[in-house]
Amino acid sequence: MNLQGIQIKVHDMSLRDGMHPKRHQITVAQMQSIARGLDEAGVPLIEVTHGDGLGGASVNYGFPAASDEEYLRAVIPLLKRAKVSALLLPGIGTVDHLRMAADCGVSTIRVATHCTEADVSEQHIALGRKMGLDTVGFLMMAHMIAPEPLVEQALLMESYGANCLYVTDSAGYMLPDDVTARIRLLRERCKPETEIGFHGHHNLAMGVANSIAAVAAGARRIDCACGGMGAGAGNTPLEVFVAVCNRMGIDTGVDVFKVSDVAEDLVTPILDFPVRIDRNALTLGYAGVYSSFLLFAKRAQEKYGIPARELLLELGRRKMVGGQEDMIEDTALTLARERGLLATRA
Amino acid sequence: MNKIKCAIIGPGNIGTDLLYKLRRSTLLEPVWMVGVDPASEGLARAREFGLKTTDQGVDGLLPHVKADGVQIAFDATSAYVHKSNSDKLNALGVMMIDLTPAAIGPYCVPPVNLKKHAGKREMNVNMVTCGGQATIPMVYAVSRVQKVRYAEIVATVASKSVGPGTRKNIDEFTRTTAGAVASVGGADEGKAIIVINPAEPPLIMRDTIHCLTVEPPRQEEIEASVREMLGQVQQYVPGYRLKNGPVFDGNRVTTFMEVEGLGDFLPKYAGNLDIMTASATRTAEMFAEEMMKR
Repeated sequence: MNLQGIQIKVHDMSLRDGMHPKRHQITVAQMQSIARGLDEAGVPLIEVTHGDGLGGASVNYGFPAASDEEYLRAVIPLLKRAKVSALLLPGIGTVDHLRMAADCGVSTIRVATHCTEADVSEQHIALGRKMGLDTVGFLMMAHMIAPEPLVEQALLMESYGANCLYVTDSAGYMLPDDVTARIRLLRERCKPETEIGFHGHHNLAMGVANSIAAVAAGARRIDCACGGMGAGAGNTPLEVFVAVCNRMGIDTGVDVFKVSDVAEDLVTPILDFPVRIDRNALTLGYAGVYSSFLLFAKRAQEKYGIPARELLLELGRRKMVGGQEDMIEDTALTLARERGLLATRA
Repeated sequence: MNKIKCAIIGPGNIGTDLLYKLRRSTLLEPVWMVGVDPASEGLARAREFGLKTTDQGVDGLLPHVKADGVQIAFDATSAYVHKSNSDKLNALGVMMIDLTPAAIGPYCVPPVNLKKHAGKREMNVNMVTCGGQATIPMVYAVSRVQKVRYAEIVATVASKSVGPGTRKNIDEFTRTTAGAVASVGGADEGKAIIVINPAEPPLIMRDTIHCLTVEPPRQEEIEASVREMLGQVQQYVPGYRLKNGPVFDGNRVTTFMEVEGLGDFLPKYAGNLDIMTASATRTAEMFAEEMMKR
């Protein structure tokens, strides 16, 4: 595979997807220090929000240590070169959040929908574009549909004004061929000036391999997380991906040693537990389940006595999509009652 | 007994499902179906049921309001045209039940505040959203027991049951629902989340209601209140079910609901649409009773 000389943009997820393993409790000061480190290492784009995007602060997903606005206003002015993006899931966040983020100075808005529901993003993508933001359409759980229908959905987002389209492997389920098929078809069908991106999770240890496959198929934006701090077994580890790109001659503009220092010195020390492929994270990738469900399933195991792995498999069978965190406790309650672990309701 | 005569504006899925429900009512009689497309299947279906129809919008109905004795109209069109529809019909004394997100009149959630509105003879009431109808009764079931500082609802609906209007303006759903969760449900602050799931076969509507109380929850009272409210909603939506809960976790009280529709015109999984048409029918019946007393 000769990818020599290809320029790509890496997009750091540790301060957004990384909010999941931190239960959204990363402090403003921690965000500032990590963001500054990433900026100095040459990372061009850094995502900052609640793990579930703007407006994600909730009982359902968790209340964060600070508001989206506090994080954005604290981080953006510190950065010399790096720009900041914000994620928005229609149904959770609204255009009011988008306007707030733009006012804080984000360069990029990423509008995320389940891979079959692109048409709920029209108002947000159209507004992002109208405001002159780098506007990204982000199709989650992209393993759940075949390349053809996925591309149809992506083209809807392009028609609303997205200048960049993402194939998002939220479950860390895809193998390199799955990535290639989707990115290649999207590259063929979208406008030549539209950029393509890939967002991986490392649940089957495929984060780096999948991201390289994406670059080979035409993606030029790759989501990674410094220190791998993301939902499930984390995102594609940024420092590892940059090292591999260096070896292959792919130009990321990121200093591999500086960024691995950030991972080691700033990210790893704040983790509450090692983000790695344990049996539950593996189950996410193996069964195609939304990576953010991980900690919810573990908590439900503690409370109701149903093993997290069983819960995750059941949620996969029931084809739960991103955002349905409420169904984890519901499913645990139902299974616990069926097994006599719970007093029956009167 | 003379029934109160009604018009339905908007012969789409909601309008047609509403027609099925009104035809069963002992208090209401659907007499007009209003559309804008002469080729509309919904208008043809309404004609088969013996309704008068027009494809000229509300203007096509206005000249007949007096002669046909129309007293209540349901608007199942869009927020954009609702105000003008309502103004024209209100001017002729027709009371308006708004199933659009326009919300120019007060929110109405039958088991929570319908009696209050019916007594006041409102000329326009709004049915909030499907998520609101499915969850606000449960927020109220907690808030009538003790103070709720924050209520949050998560509505998950089948992809096939979400029409293009909702998709184009999903923010309107989240904003309207959140507002009514607080103002009608009785919480200091409200939040609403909607998730669309494309699974096949389509999943039945699910709703999760989280309430954060100020003082530790009074469990027995809340359980009794939830059960009572469940029974009230089931009177007009028999497929409204408590799947799990109430769960008490610190000051969090969570109920997990499922809403299965009657399957009149819309499929049973679309409980989100059924609860709207059922609530609108229930509301109209209550107003009809008031009208008959006059």
